[in-house]
Amino acid sequence: MKKVKADPKGVLTGAHYLDGDFALAEGALAAGCRFFGGYPITPSTETAERFSERIPRVGGIFIQMEDELGSIASLIGAVWGGKKAMTVTSGPGFSLMMENIGLACMMETPLVIANVQRGGPSTGLPTLTGQQDMMQAKFGSHGDYEIIALSPDSPQECFDLTIEAFNLSETYRVPTFIMTDECVGHMHEKVVIPPADEIELVERKWYTGPKEAYLPYKPDKDLVPFMIKAGDGYRFHTTGLTHDERGYPVINAECQKVNVTNIIEKIRKNADKIIKIEEDQIDGAEVVLISYGITSRVAVRAVRLAREAGIKVGTMRLITVWPFPEKRIKELAPKIKAFIIPEVNYGQMVREVERSAAGKTQVFGVPHCGGWVHNPEDILNVIKEAVK
Amino acid sequence: MNDEARQKNPIEHLLRMDRIPHIWCPGCGIGTVVTSFAEALRKSNIELDKIAVVSGIGCTGRVAGYIKLDSFHTTHGRAIPFATGLKLANPELKVVVFSGDGDIFGIGGNHFIHAARRNMDLTVICVNNFNYAMTGGQVAATTPTDANASTAPYGNFEQPFSIPYLADAAGASYVARWTALHLRRVTKSIQEGMDKNGFSLIEVITPCVTLYARRNRLGDGLNLLKYYYDKSEIKHGADTRDLDISYQGKLIVGKFIDRERPNFIDAMNQHMSTVLGDDYELYGRINND
Amino acid sequence: MNQKIYFGELKATKGEIHIIRDRCKGCGFCVEYCPKDVLALSDEFNIKGYHPPFVENEDNCVYCQLCENICPEFAIFVTKKEEEDVEKG
Repeated sequence: MKKVKADPKGVLTGAHYLDGDFALAEGALAAGCRFFGGYPITPSTETAERFSERIPRVGGIFIQMEDELGSIASLIGAVWGGKKAMTVTSGPGFSLMMENIGLACMMETPLVIANVQRGGPSTGLPTLTGQQDMMQAKFGSHGDYEIIALSPDSPQECFDLTIEAFNLSETYRVPTFIMTDECVGHMHEKVVIPPADEIELVERKWYTGPKEAYLPYKPDKDLVPFMIKAGDGYRFHTTGLTHDERGYPVINAECQKVNVTNIIEKIRKNADKIIKIEEDQIDGAEVVLISYGITSRVAVRAVRLAREAGIKVGTMRLITVWPFPEKRIKELAPKIKAFIIPEVNYGQMVREVERSAAGKTQVFGVPHCGGWVHNPEDILNVIKEAVK
Repeated sequence: MNDEARQKNPIEHLLRMDRIPHIWCPGCGIGTVVTSFAEALRKSNIELDKIAVVSGIGCTGRVAGYIKLDSFHTTHGRAIPFATGLKLANPELKVVVFSGDGDIFGIGGNHFIHAARRNMDLTVICVNNFNYAMTGGQVAATTPTDANASTAPYGNFEQPFSIPYLADAAGASYVARWTALHLRRVTKSIQEGMDKNGFSLIEVITPCVTLYARRNRLGDGLNLLKYYYDKSEIKHGADTRDLDISYQGKLIVGKFIDRERPNFIDAMNQHMSTVLGDDYELYGRINND
Repeated sequence: MNQKIYFGELKATKGEIHIIRDRCKGCGFCVEYCPKDVLALSDEFNIKGYHPPFVENEDNCVYCQLCENICPEFAIFVTKKEEEDVEKG
C-alpha cells in the first residue's frame, strides 16, 4: 500500500461552517477525487452542487448524468480511465445503482458512493431522515459480494470518512459507501480541514511489472489484484461475467468459486484492518448500546439519563458498518445482559447483532420508521427494560 | 512474405485469438462487422493502445471480449455512460462503443440520446439484428412492424425506432447506416466516425439467422444478405425522417449526417475558460505523460 | 489513342487464398459473394462438422479480399501473389 500526501489543489485548509453534504464533497476533493458523475436527488443534491462549483477549478470533471444508472456506470468508466471517482445519492437513486455496484465489485473497481439516506420505501420521505438502506448497502445487488460502508455522525466526520472511504476503496479495490442520512447531510457544523500535507492518501495499487506478465485479476498476497488504466498499452479485458485471472469470461462452477471467493475473502480476511468502532465504558457494563450515524448522537442523552439512573451502560458506535464487527460483538455477548440497538429503521443492523451474539445475550432493537430521529426517552425505556 | 505470415489472418493481432472460435451462430453477421471494424483499425492512424472498446450485454455485447484492445464488457444498456466516464477521465482515448440494438436503443436508449445531445466524443457501432438474440429472439425496439418474435408470437404491432432519425434528432455529429454486406462502406464509416470530433453513430443491419430469420421463415444468412443486396439503396444525405424500415422492405443506407459541433470537452473548456478565466485550467490537454 | 500506352504493361493482381478450415462454420458467405467464383463448399466436414469452402479456381482470384472481409469467423484470408509466384504458377 503506497501512501502519498494530498494534492493541495483540492484541499480547502481551514475551519469552515459546512453542512454534511458539502463536507462530503470537500472530503472527496481532498482525497484526490477528480470525477463526479451524479443525478440530483434530495437530500443529497447539495453535494453535487458543491462538486459542480469546485471541481472545474481543481482540474476535475463534473457531469450531471441522465439518471443514476448512468452516474454509477460513468464512475466505473472513469476509474478505469485512471481517475478517482465519486457519486452521491439517496434511496431511490441508490436502488437504481444496484446493478452496477455489482459490476464494480466484479470488476474490482475502487469508487465511493455516498447515500444521504431518507425515509423509504419508494419515494417515501424525500426531505426527512432515515437509516433504512443499511441492509441494501450490503445486499442490494444480486449475487454474493462484499463492500465497505462507513457511517459518519457529523459534518466533520463526513469530511474525514470520505477520505477514509477513498483510502479503503483504493486499498481493497472495492466500492465503498458512506451511509449518512438527511440529518447529518443537512446539519451545519464546524468542519476543520487540515493542511494537505497532513492528509494521507492511499495510492491506487498500480501494476509496475512487465506488461506481458500482467494478469488483471491475479490476486496479490493481500488478495487484491494490481490495477492498470485504459490507454497504457496493456490491451486488457474486463467483464461483469465470471472471469479468470486474465479477465476472460469462464462460465462454470470452478471459475465461479475462485472468482467469488476472491472478491469476498479480500474483505473478510482483512476485516480486522478495515473495521473502526468507538467504544465507551464497555468494561463492567450491564448493557451495551450499539448505534451509528445520527442515532449515535440521539443516544447520547438516553445513555446519560440511564447512567444517572444507575444503569451501567457501555456504548459502541459503528464507524464501519460493513464489514460488520461481529467478532467484537461475539466477545462481549456473554459478558453483558443485553445489547440495545436504536436505528431509524424497522430493525436492520439489529439482525446482525443478533446473529453475532448467537443467543449468548439478549438483543433489543429500538425501531423507528423514519421521518425523525428517536425520542431519547424511547431508547431509555428499552435500556431500563433490558436490565430488569 | 514468410510462411508464418501466410498462415495468419492479417487481423489476428487485433483479436483475442485465445478466445476464438467466438460464440456467434453460423450465418450471424456480427463477425463480419467485427472484421470491418478491424479493417478500420488497420487503416486508421490512431494509435491502437489509445483505443478502448466498450460493450454492453447481448450477442454484440460480446465483441469487447474478442477485440484485443483495452476492452470492457459492462452491464446491459450501460455501455454508453461507462464509455462517457472513460472518455472524460482519459480524454486522449478514442472510445468505441460496440453493442447491439437492444442494448443501445432498448434498455440503454436514454443514455444514447443524452450522449448524442452532449456530443460526447464517442464512436457508437450499433449492430441491429431486429431482435433480442442472446435471450432467444424477443421483440425489440427495432423489430419491424408485423415481424414475428418469441414475445410477439402474433406479430409485432408496435412501431420500431428509426435509429438514424433518433440519432439525428438527439444531436449526433455523424450518422450512417449500412448492412453487414456493405463491408468496405462499414469500414469507411467507422474510420470517419473515429476521426469525428464528436458523437458518431454507425448502424449496421446484420443477419440473425438462428432467431429472427428462422422465426420469420426468412431462410439462412445467405437469404438475409440477398435481401440486403436486393432491397438496400444508398442515399447519402437522405432526410432522416424517411429512413423507417418496414418488414422486409426497402433499406435506405448511406451517410446521413456529418456536421461540426463542439464536443462535450471542447464546449466545457470554452465555456469555463470564458466564465472562470485564469481560475480554469483547460481540461484534457494538459500532459501526455 | 493506343490503349497499350497506358495499360499494356499492367497485369491483374493475383491472390492466394488461405482457408483455416476448422474455424469455418459453413455460412457460405465467401462462396456466394466471391465475384470471380473462386470458391466452392466442400463435401468434407471440418472438425466442427461444417462444410468449409475450398479453392476451386485460384487462377481467377484477383485479390479483392472480399472473402476475407465477409467471413464472420476470420477463417479465410488472401495474400497477394508476387509476380514471381504468379509466373511459377
